[in-house]
Amino acid sequence: MIRTILTVCRKEILETARDRRTLFSLLLGPLLGPLLFVTIINVAVSRNLSGLDQPLDLPIVGAERAPNLIAFLNARGLHPAVSDVKDVDDAAAAVGRGALDVAVVIDERYEKDFGTEHAARVTVIYDRSRSSAQSKIQRVHGTLEAYGQQIGALRLVANGVSPSLLRPLLVDDLDVSTPAGRSVLMLGVLTYFLLFATLTGGLHLAIDTTAGERERRSLEPLLTLPVTRASLLLGKMAATVCYMLVSLALTLAAFTVALKRVPLEQLGMSSSFDAATALATFGILCPFAPLGAALMTTVASFTKTYREAQTYLTFILLIPTLPLMFAALLNVEAELKLMWIPSLSQHLLITALIKAQPLNWAFVGISAASSLVLGVLLGWLAIRLYEREAILG
Amino acid sequence: MIDVQNVSKRFGAVRALDGVTFAAGDGRITGLLGPNGAGKSTCLRILSTVIKPDGGRVRVGDTDLAAAPLVARRLLGVLPHGSGLYPQLTARENVEYYGRLHGLPEPLLKQRAEALIARLDLGAIADRKAKGFSQGEKTKVALARALVHEPQHLLLDEPTSGLDVMATRHLREWLRELRAQGRCVLLSSHVMQEVEALVDDLVIIAGGRVTLSGTPAELAQRYPGRSLEEIFVAAVSGAEHATT
Repeated sequence: MIRTILTVCRKEILETARDRRTLFSLLLGPLLGPLLFVTIINVAVSRNLSGLDQPLDLPIVGAERAPNLIAFLNARGLHPAVSDVKDVDDAAAAVGRGALDVAVVIDERYEKDFGTEHAARVTVIYDRSRSSAQSKIQRVHGTLEAYGQQIGALRLVANGVSPSLLRPLLVDDLDVSTPAGRSVLMLGVLTYFLLFATLTGGLHLAIDTTAGERERRSLEPLLTLPVTRASLLLGKMAATVCYMLVSLALTLAAFTVALKRVPLEQLGMSSSFDAATALATFGILCPFAPLGAALMTTVASFTKTYREAQTYLTFILLIPTLPLMFAALLNVEAELKLMWIPSLSQHLLITALIKAQPLNWAFVGISAASSLVLGVLLGWLAIRLYEREAILG
Repeated sequence: MIDVQNVSKRFGAVRALDGVTFAAGDGRITGLLGPNGAGKSTCLRILSTVIKPDGGRVRVGDTDLAAAPLVARRLLGVLPHGSGLYPQLTARENVEYYGRLHGLPEPLLKQRAEALIARLDLGAIADRKAKGFSQGEKTKVALARALVHEPQHLLLDEPTSGLDVMATRHLREWLRELRAQGRCVLLSSHVMQEVEALVDDLVIIAGGRVTLSGTPAELAQRYPGRSLEEIFVAAVSGAEHATT
């Protein structure tokens, strides 16, 4: 039995390695993922950091009505810009069609109201849905608010009142998250890439095991050989797992190299994704491979052709991401009962690894055991399906 | 020899085989003839243990198929319809893979593969990938693969389909050689002309039943003045009348 499994496994590995198209797609995934990831992060970083301290040209309507405010803005790098907007409606239209990111309109009654009991009105016009304008909007808002508070405090002092009277509460932020911890938000996507790469690595072989062999008419003679169908299928699944692990290893290697080129420090994060972390991540994800292989083989055995199997398996690739979405939405933390859920447990463990938190070995054990047990069950189901006569199509 | 006794098989509402009985002897070539959909492939699938019959029994040599399918498979070589080679493996690797799965020790395996490659004139393509082979080359390699464990019995599903004249001639030659070695050869076909020069025994199957069997000489004697082709057509259409 062992000899048969090894013979089949070896042949499947050799055959797949010879198929250039399959090999190409196998290599493409692991390299494309990290590349995409690094590009996205780089764009995000440059967008978040761009112009935080640089002068910003700000279209201001009615600048002449508030010379002090303008001076305050100027001192903080917000320079009034020449523009053809005349009033709030004009500015709203300009922002709406995307000509401006943000504009400020100083009310006609500003001069009259300033210094009286009426609050002087300053309108900030922006489009919140435009993500590229977020940092500008915040900057303009913050600066205007700072000016208002400064004037307010000065007025209180002038009236002999301590400004702290208006601040019964002093809210102090003390953020104890480590730089590595903050990087988790972005590196959370990493698990998805890794699970995806693991699954796609075995996709071809999982389909080939049943639908592919049937289509090439090689399944029937194979089943006339004096070996059990269980050992044939186990050999094929072993080869599938091998390719999944190779795909995972390649992806991890690519990420380890790529993440060195991401300026995470500029975001106040530190990437602790070194070779040791990559190795530990590989270890945590290993038990997921047999489960994925069994799942894909089981699903593919119901299909008639390679193409049909490909269609179904594309949906299967989404299944492991469902717990990840759930985790992201509810912001769940690693806990014992979640370790029973494959893919989610691996995600939480890898997140902890990246946060540079100590590994909980009980969690690691349960995560591995639950994945392997489910993998064995699905493998058993795949074997039962392989033993049906309907497998011949 | 292969002994088929009263074998039946249903697929849902379709009765594919309905009490099929025949025997294929050692040192003989037996032709299983019938129109498309007559049950030839189902019959061969049952003989090659890929599917199980609903009723009846099959013996291959001294082995009961239902009782010991894995033992029976060692006694059988199967040439499937359409060769079923692995396109990314070379001819030699295709043959050796099956030998390995038959549990042959590695030196014997290499030796057998080499001998078959020489005998079947496959030397020129032995180390080329199977994906570029012609139908004739594919059939040759598939035959070598079916013979690697030196089975006493050989099952061939439509072996001549898709072959050109020369390839067909060669195939006939090899089958006669196997017969001379005392092996039991059972092949299926739906064209009488292709097999009448080759077979020692004819089993005509239609509508899931054996409608006629015997040696070509016996059949010619039983229906004087009629060609085997005419006898075949009569046997097949008779069955169709019987089932309708």
